[in-house]
Amino acid sequence: MSGVIVSSPYGERPNRVDRLMLQVVLALIPGTAAMVWYFGWGVLINMVLASIFAIGAEAAVLKLRRRPIMPTLRDLSALVTALLLALAVPPTLPWWLTLMGILFAIIVAKQLFGGLGYNPFNPAMAGYVFLLISYPLAMTSWLPPSILADHSLGFMDSLRLILTGAPPEGLSWDAITMATPLDEMRTQLDQNRMIEEIRTSPLWGDFGGRGWEWIGNWFLLGGLFLLWRRVISWHIPVSMLLGLLVIAGLFWAIDPQAHPFPAFHMFSGGAILCAFFIATDPVTACTTRKGQLIFGALIGVLIFVIRTWGGYPDAVAFSVLLMNIAAPTIDQYTQPRVFGHGKDSG
Amino acid sequence: MQQYQISTNPRRLRRFHGGIHLPDEKELSTGQPVAEAPLPRLLTIPLQQHIGAPAKPLVQVGAWVLKGQRIAEPQGYVSAPIHASSSGTVIAIEERPVPHPSGLSATCIVIKTNGLDEWARLPKPLDNYADLDPSIVRERIRWAGIVGLGGAAFPTSVKLNPGSNQPVRTLIVNGAECEPYITCDDMLMRERAGRIVQGVSIVLHLLGARECLIGIEDNKPQAIEAIRLAVAQSDIKESTQVCPIPTLYPSGGEKQLLRVLTGEEVPTNGIPAQIGILCQNVGSVAAVAEAVMEGRPLISRYVTLSGRGIAQPQNLEARIGTPIGELIRAAGGITGDVRKLVLGGPMMGFTLDSEQVPVTKATNCVLALSTEEAPDPAPALPCIRCGKCAEVCPANLLPQQMYWYARSKDLDKVQDYNLFDCIECGCCAQVCPSHIPLVQYYRYAKTESWAREQEKRDAEHARARHEAREARLERMEQERKAKLRKKKEALAKKPAAAKVGAPRDAKAAEDPKKALIEAARKRAAAKKAALSKEGVTPKNTNTLTPAQQRQIDAAEARRQPAEPTATAKED
Repeated sequence: MSGVIVSSPYGERPNRVDRLMLQVVLALIPGTAAMVWYFGWGVLINMVLASIFAIGAEAAVLKLRRRPIMPTLRDLSALVTALLLALAVPPTLPWWLTLMGILFAIIVAKQLFGGLGYNPFNPAMAGYVFLLISYPLAMTSWLPPSILADHSLGFMDSLRLILTGAPPEGLSWDAITMATPLDEMRTQLDQNRMIEEIRTSPLWGDFGGRGWEWIGNWFLLGGLFLLWRRVISWHIPVSMLLGLLVIAGLFWAIDPQAHPFPAFHMFSGGAILCAFFIATDPVTACTTRKGQLIFGALIGVLIFVIRTWGGYPDAVAFSVLLMNIAAPTIDQYTQPRVFGHGKDSG
Repeated sequence: MQQYQISTNPRRLRRFHGGIHLPDEKELSTGQPVAEAPLPRLLTIPLQQHIGAPAKPLVQVGAWVLKGQRIAEPQGYVSAPIHASSSGTVIAIEERPVPHPSGLSATCIVIKTNGLDEWARLPKPLDNYADLDPSIVRERIRWAGIVGLGGAAFPTSVKLNPGSNQPVRTLIVNGAECEPYITCDDMLMRERAGRIVQGVSIVLHLLGARECLIGIEDNKPQAIEAIRLAVAQSDIKESTQVCPIPTLYPSGGEKQLLRVLTGEEVPTNGIPAQIGILCQNVGSVAAVAEAVMEGRPLISRYVTLSGRGIAQPQNLEARIGTPIGELIRAAGGITGDVRKLVLGGPMMGFTLDSEQVPVTKATNCVLALSTEEAPDPAPALPCIRCGKCAEVCPANLLPQQMYWYARSKDLDKVQDYNLFDCIECGCCAQVCPSHIPLVQYYRYAKTESWAREQEKRDAEHARARHEAREARLERMEQERKAKLRKKKEALAKKPAAAKVGAPRDAKAAEDPKKALIEAARKRAAAKKAALSKEGVTPKNTNTLTPAQQRQIDAAEARRQPAEPTATAKED
């Protein structure tokens, strides 16, 4: 008989935080593979760098805080933050910017608030916004997808670009970068072009940018895996995508020449990644079911609003952070009706 | 057998929120028929085995008692009597360890058995209960000391008397037994289905209820079959329905089972009788039948001994008061590595420190769990608010929020999140990926809240008393003043009348004492004046007793030699 006093239940607990996180990492594989396919090795190099930085930063802060290091590192939450940030930044981002972003995400957004479970803001998105505001040019210089690129970058090219900032010999920086479809759409619409006209460019695929739209599908696959494994519930992804589609559809219906087809919004930028992997971060999202529906839908609406009228081409990070602020209030007003309490109360 | 089946569950079952599927581990202990546990040398029978006031001993140390003899009587309405579960001598009435999570002791009657197992004279069976007034039957149930055998141990006679303002239309008999490992109700239904159905019939008569629903989880097909057969052969087959329900923990919770079978919800803080329903455990119903039809008090019960640390897991019919250790020995003893000895099920039970604690009326299961079955939990990680707990909560609470506030000791906020609707089933803790002992936090918050309520009540009481005292003093003061005023008024009138006569003389005559005081004061003033002329003012040391003077001299003497030293130091 043990001397440890434990309260019931006594059986084995089947769920574990690290297993949940590991499944999130696994679910990122298809989308990541697609990103690597279209944008080259830079994506992978960023992910590796970000992971190393994140684990190092987390360990350092835990040591300063005199907290046990290994149990916290083993929960894999720092890894997930690192991977999400690395997937959100351009594949050519200089390594020190990745480092800055990670340091902000892990140290400021996560550990300064008390670590996993206590951070009000999604760390990956906080790191992303920190970089976007501080280094807007570097953060918006994307590569064209490989099917559109004149010059594709090899592994060594990507590595050199990230570590030294030097483009491959004989190529200028401008020759290898290209605006993202969202950016392109904004610029063109700002010049009062019609959608019909804009879409004649070879840049466009069926819904969004060529190449880009496929990445969304692969992240969607990973998202479905998470739903199937019950790592996440359907509430946030579905409401977020619906929110985005409905408001985009509304404006498209009013003026199809000034607003792109709703599916364009869904399959551009980080919408799908956000719906399944970012907005669903349980720590910073709403925790009641009803609240999650509101939380998701409003993120969808905010994405559209910021993309259409805001100052930045993509809006996932801002929308998520804004809704993170609102989450506790939403939770407060969306408590479920407790068993045995009148049907009409709460 | 098919022809006996009255119906195959035409009832539409409902769902309660949440719940979890657990490995049920029931087949471990259902392999053999229930045997009677051997008569122990000592029976330790606690005076409190029920909700309510503890029973009051009727016997003294040294008394000779018979099996079935009443050895303690109920105190107050919500209480239950205690009977000797075998014959022998009372050797002690004292504090002994009892089954309680705290591990504390409580008063027990200890009987040294004589091995004869000699019955006391029992009351006549009430075979004709249908013709009797319900109060007579209820009195018999109260006499027998029957309490809820599902675990709550609320006195059954009290529960069966909901009052005329709460007519009961439906009786629900709880044979769900949803917690893993426990099979005592399962075995009882298999082996004593007839008794159970007889009990149902009695209770239906008592309550005047129209229908009875017997809810049994569908992982107990043999029990379902046995009860169906017994119902089909009984006189209550028209009104009674056997309802297999889906196996989903905690469907055996009273409110959950009621919801599954009727679709209704018991209001918070309420009891089922408020909505015309009453629940009874199968064991309690069988005990009712034994008390009414045989005049037999509740002195034994089925207890499951299970877990991979028990050599021969099984059910035993154990006398109340049998030490748990004796039962374990009867089941072949402990085997392999046992990590925890648990009383009750793995979800809601508690660990035992001692094998000496006795079986009580509420004891349904003793588990010896191996390390594999009950590993020591890893240190809890922070809550990531994943909401899995809220998904499985049968009360539809938000355990993650309650945890947050319980941890920060914000008791008001925890109660805002309906802490007291928590039934402590353990589902939330079971699915928590951070392995937080959630239920422990809720138990803590509940106890703290109760303590604070008590404190508040005490403070309120003290305040009320203080205010009453203030009011009383105020009133007395007012009365005194009023009296004084009246007196003054009366005086003012009197002198006005008397002044006309002899004013000076009357005053002197009225108060000769005053004249004396006046004279003394004048003398003192004169003396003072004389002294001050000489430059001497009276000191408080002027009138010293000789002893006081000596003390002062001694002190002065001590002070003298001390002074040079002090100055020396200063230099």
